[in-house]
Amino acid sequence: MLVAGAIGLMSSLGSAQTTAAAAPQEQPIAQSSSVPQAPEAAGPTPPGSMAWKPPVMDNRVYTHVLFNQLEGRSNGSGSSLRWDGEGWVGTDMNRLWVKSEGFVNGSTVSDGDHELLYDRPIPRMRYFDAQVGVREDLDSGPSRTWGAVGIQGLAPHFFDFEPTLYFSDGGNVAGRLQGSYDLQITQRLVLQPEAELNFYSKSDPGRGTGSGLSDLDTGLRLRYAISRKFAPYVGFAYTGKYGDAASFARQQGEAVDSPTFVFGLRVWR
Amino acid sequence: MKRETTSAGRRLLPSRRQFVLGLAAGGVIAGLEWGGFPAFGEAGQMPEHRSPAMLTGNHFELTVDQLPVNFTGKKRTAVAVNGSVPGPTLRWREGEVVTVAVTNRLKAPTSIHWHGMRIPAEMDGVPGLSFAGIAPGERFVYRIPVMQSGTYWYHSHSGGQEQQGMTGALIIEPKEKDPIAFDREYVVMLTDWTDTDPETVLSNLKQNSDYYNYRQRTAGTFFSDVKKNGLRPTLSERWTWGRMNMSPTDILDVTGSTYTYLLNGNTPKANWTGLFKSGERVRLRFINASAMTFFDVRIPDLPMTVVQSDGNDVEPVTVDEFRFGSAETYDVIVEPKDDMAYTIFAQAQDRTGYARATLAPRMGMTAEVPPMDPRPVRTMQDMGMSMAGMKTPGMKGVSGMTGMDKSDMKGMDMAGMKGMDMSDMKGMDMSVTKDTNKSGMKGMDMAGMKDADKSDMKGMDMSGMKGMDMANMLMGDPTGTTPFPQPGPHTMPLHKGSYQETKFEPSDPVPLHTGPQVVGVAKHVAARYNDPGDGLKGNGRRVLTYADLRTRYRGVDGRPPSREIELHLTGNMERYIWGFNGKKFSEAEPIELKLGERLRIILINDTMMDHPIHLHGLWSELENGHGEFAPYKHTIIVKPSERVSYLVSADTPGRWAFHCHLQYHMESGMFRTVVVS
Repeated sequence: MLVAGAIGLMSSLGSAQTTAAAAPQEQPIAQSSSVPQAPEAAGPTPPGSMAWKPPVMDNRVYTHVLFNQLEGRSNGSGSSLRWDGEGWVGTDMNRLWVKSEGFVNGSTVSDGDHELLYDRPIPRMRYFDAQVGVREDLDSGPSRTWGAVGIQGLAPHFFDFEPTLYFSDGGNVAGRLQGSYDLQITQRLVLQPEAELNFYSKSDPGRGTGSGLSDLDTGLRLRYAISRKFAPYVGFAYTGKYGDAASFARQQGEAVDSPTFVFGLRVWR
Repeated sequence: MKRETTSAGRRLLPSRRQFVLGLAAGGVIAGLEWGGFPAFGEAGQMPEHRSPAMLTGNHFELTVDQLPVNFTGKKRTAVAVNGSVPGPTLRWREGEVVTVAVTNRLKAPTSIHWHGMRIPAEMDGVPGLSFAGIAPGERFVYRIPVMQSGTYWYHSHSGGQEQQGMTGALIIEPKEKDPIAFDREYVVMLTDWTDTDPETVLSNLKQNSDYYNYRQRTAGTFFSDVKKNGLRPTLSERWTWGRMNMSPTDILDVTGSTYTYLLNGNTPKANWTGLFKSGERVRLRFINASAMTFFDVRIPDLPMTVVQSDGNDVEPVTVDEFRFGSAETYDVIVEPKDDMAYTIFAQAQDRTGYARATLAPRMGMTAEVPPMDPRPVRTMQDMGMSMAGMKTPGMKGVSGMTGMDKSDMKGMDMAGMKGMDMSDMKGMDMSVTKDTNKSGMKGMDMAGMKDADKSDMKGMDMSGMKGMDMANMLMGDPTGTTPFPQPGPHTMPLHKGSYQETKFEPSDPVPLHTGPQVVGVAKHVAARYNDPGDGLKGNGRRVLTYADLRTRYRGVDGRPPSREIELHLTGNMERYIWGFNGKKFSEAEPIELKLGERLRIILINDTMMDHPIHLHGLWSELENGHGEFAPYKHTIIVKPSERVSYLVSADTPGRWAFHCHLQYHMESGMFRTVVVS
């Protein structure tokens, strides 16, 4: 139906062109002087009009998923799987983000943290976006729900920086600082130090988190980009618990310091 | 079909660091028409390389369809006109009315835009502005009154089809005898082919803007910079760039890591060959039909005399090398004398690859392919910072900061830099026209101008001219509401006195601040027409610059502009958003022009990249200091932090596209509608 309409428009335009074109030697050819009546004006489309598609689609919806960490962590005596990924869907100015991280140790899932955020570039800032949404701590332990608000972007010198504030209905306020840096050794070999720190205003024995600085997860990963989207890596990671979190860990018989050797994949689509 | 064997140095990894030289027998898999136009030169007779067919006449049937191709060893699907990539060369004659029927056999809408043509807006081929596009299965008939001559080209204006091969050459023979004398001619059409779907290329850039840049700064380059320039200058230079999250290695967004560069649809391995007889004057019609690539073209051991730019004849200027951006064209004359082969060498601006062909007296001869030049890097000048006291960086590409004392950089006033340096017209050596006599251009010596001087047009009643025999004279309508003729041997320029004085409105300043769509606002901008661009300075060769271009015939609209419009080229590389004045096309209003007005457009490039900016339908007369002999162009490169100005006669009504011709910039927002009414 649209095609028929387009053909109709086309033939009417085509016939408009059979207006006389005088022999060029005598005078400049008279151009058809009317601007074609398009169903829409170029630029922003008024709502409800039958529109030609715009000449460029510069506000497309893109979607990407990235796993920063998809790795096995091993300290010689045991190993666990660690994932830390994010994905987004949207246009330049409006995006929906999903973030997720956690550990799998045998049949136990821990440190589960999943977030759904609305993301928007901050006006006047070139490289930072504001994000607001919800965070759900979902794993083998008791679950918690938080509201989240934070920023994410590129600080000067290509330093990835992601501070987020969380508010739980239980009155707990949490903060997370995440940062990482890509050091290009060669065109394909990249050394990436990264760190994630978690702070809480109240201790939560059920989750094993403590007030103040609760835990630190940091690592140094060396990846080789077979392609931009597929880069295996090796490295070292260290998880530390502090304050009340350390006490909870000791009570459970878990380690307070966990240095591990990691190997994994950094992939995105 | 031959499969290429992996050479010893070739990596076995799926992605490429070196650009792929292509299959020797690469190209179109399906049957292809051979070039067979007798006077066009005998090219493509060997199965290893091909030329597109040439179609002449005044009615053309074109079909757009998918075409299986294999340029790199991987089978892919291209979008082809009449079954060839590039499509057939169309040969029109000035003064005729040409009809082109285009049948769309794709599953998606298509369109053909006639690049550089001055035609009714409905025939311009831009979906959404000129028409709705050509729907799948539809047959659309273009009716084009041809009022100009020269070398042009055509391409799809729908989505990524241009990147997928839908391009072709367009040659328009002048009505009169061509003032450029030549014995043989070839189209040399340069394109960039990627095996990746264009939608995926853009999506990759959105997630990772340096996805295709395998020449980034590394620990390795840091140590070699320190060895060359010292620790403090290196640290300080890295600091300046890092603070802004910018990389001076950003030359081209999409590089030889995915592109194979084609010449007339042939890979470098296929080595398209054009034959010549010694002593002949050979006209090469160079067309940059690429999506994202600036090419630096030279023929070692063979100087080129540039005679036409963007379809308009220019005063001949002999050079060793020229650069052109997407959509520009240059016609050059070469006179190979020796019984040897010559290599036509077109390297990408970032030196990640090249296209290549051979000019030889006999088939089977080849010449050495020169090594690519060192890769350029962006400089502080490109960032819009003051360059006082700095030496122009030499060709040693890694750091341009040799011997510079950083402490002087802040806040220095470039008194000489603002505005254009008129005295520096070095490149424009008018005496280098030894070809003039040979080509019979003596008689050309301003035939059109002589008439103008004799008849003293000032105050003359133009209405009296109507009855005159206009066969030898073409002049413009003083109201400017009818399209001006293309400057030619018989055009009479519109004198300044033959219009009414109007007020001059200078441009409104454009308030810009940094933000998600604007990473930088250049502080020190100036026209740099005699600057050949990053990567071509100081290479020991005569390189063409915009300052060298002087139209052969006086411009036809002598009216001064009545107003100015200033537009900033802006963008954010990390987010891969591009636009004008900080806005994408979908966020901006059209630019309104009054039919008949004469205005100046000023472009200021606040980004770190060169952009070839193209205005559909109207000529852009570049104000490069040649006054009434300003070159008429349709596509103008604006270098980083450059300020370019050109005059436009808004003589054809309609909605005209105005955009950067780098395809993925255009698709990310660097596009505007210019409405003339």
